[in-house]
Amino acid sequence: MIAIVDYKAGNLTSVLLAFEALGVEARITSDPATVLAADRVVFPGVGAAGDAMQHLRDLKLEQCLRDVVAKGTPFLGICLGTQIILEHSEEDAGTDCVGLVPGKVVRFRPTDPYDKIPQIGWNAVHLCRPHPLFEGIEDDSEFYFVHSYYPAPARREDVIAETDYADARFASVLGRNNLVATQFHPERSGRIGLRMLRNFTSWNGSC
Amino acid sequence: MLTKRIIPCLDVRNKVVTKGVKFQNNVDLGDPVEMAVAYSEGGCDELVFYDITASAEGRPIDIEMVREVARAVRIPFAVGGGLATLDDMYRVLLAGAEKISINSLAVHNPQLIVEGARRFGSQCIVLGMDPVRVDDDARFPSGYEITTRGFRERTGMDALEWARRAEALGVGEIVVNSVDADGTREGYELTLTGMIAGAVGIPVVASGGAGTPQHLIDVFQKAHADAAIIASMIHTGEYQIARIKEELVRAGVPTRRKW
Repeated sequence: MIAIVDYKAGNLTSVLLAFEALGVEARITSDPATVLAADRVVFPGVGAAGDAMQHLRDLKLEQCLRDVVAKGTPFLGICLGTQIILEHSEEDAGTDCVGLVPGKVVRFRPTDPYDKIPQIGWNAVHLCRPHPLFEGIEDDSEFYFVHSYYPAPARREDVIAETDYADARFASVLGRNNLVATQFHPERSGRIGLRMLRNFTSWNGSC
Repeated sequence: MLTKRIIPCLDVRNKVVTKGVKFQNNVDLGDPVEMAVAYSEGGCDELVFYDITASAEGRPIDIEMVREVARAVRIPFAVGGGLATLDDMYRVLLAGAEKISINSLAVHNPQLIVEGARRFGSQCIVLGMDPVRVDDDARFPSGYEITTRGFRERTGMDALEWARRAEALGVGEIVVNSVDADGTREGYELTLTGMIAGAVGIPVVASGGAGTPQHLIDVFQKAHADAAIIASMIHTGEYQIARIKEELVRAGVPTRRKW
């Protein structure tokens, strides 16, 4: 069973429906025990980092996420979920985050007034190294993004793919071992995104 | 590079997609879910649904339709029409919509934007506006006035000023739907779209008037729109989305080409 972690950060319907379309059993849950026992964990989220971290702590899920990743469960972060697995976010006047991956989250600072914030839409994802989640997906395929902040992992080896926007080349996919996390929304990214989720459902967590 | 989005608009009335000119003489076109799937497979980047009679009939939007669309397509879609309260918005998002579009109700109750953005995030809240051109009237420095309720009511609000204010209130995106251009298929309203795109820091979506691929090229290149809504030109079958995209690519517009 795939656990989709619900920590009151946006609605998770589209994530659930994507797994439903794949015929894979997935469940939305806020229960740490259920998350710990799951075969795979998806950590989505939209909204603001400050509130998200507060909810995560209130629901006793922060340590649970660390335990899940430590025990080798295949783990997929999405959007805000990806941002708050880093150590710190600039959002909400500075927010300390979970810290599963060293690095921080910073705001776009465009110099061109027509580079709008949030970035909304489809942008190319350029692979820095092969990864099982991109099996069967052409390099530079476009995925759907909605965000004003982006992940800046401290270590180059944690960057799996990059994307260009508003004078920044940022890590649109990051990860290490059994953890992978995307700034874009695979569940909203058409067939290509669905392919990526399908790859996740058969991934053993090594890369 | 971020690509320019093409967004088919599906006006829904009694569970059927319909299309009129300036909200009149509507013709029924087909089933919303089937059309959503066809356009999504055909390469559109996003979809928008308006329940065009919900507001006038004072009833909530058709949630079952939203649910069915969410099950059937894997691309983002926005939903508008008859969203009067935060709970209405929440139900639509929970049913699987990516964004909610508010228009007349935001004019009458701007606080709805503030509360919606706070509760669901700015990225969920799209402001739709229906500006009409007005000449030589000092009340409207931009030259455009906001109308509501399917163009039937004038508001006395300047379009550019409303766009700036809506951004400050917390909307994540603005759809500029020209009353003058709507349904004419003679091209988007480039002047106001360009004015707003240059004045706000959030994405601007052009709407109303698309009849040929060149109209999209113009609104992207001359008016700096981030996305363009299309309706008649594909609903009639005259153009396929893939064909429109080929022309955009040829003109150098960043476009999503694989789906």
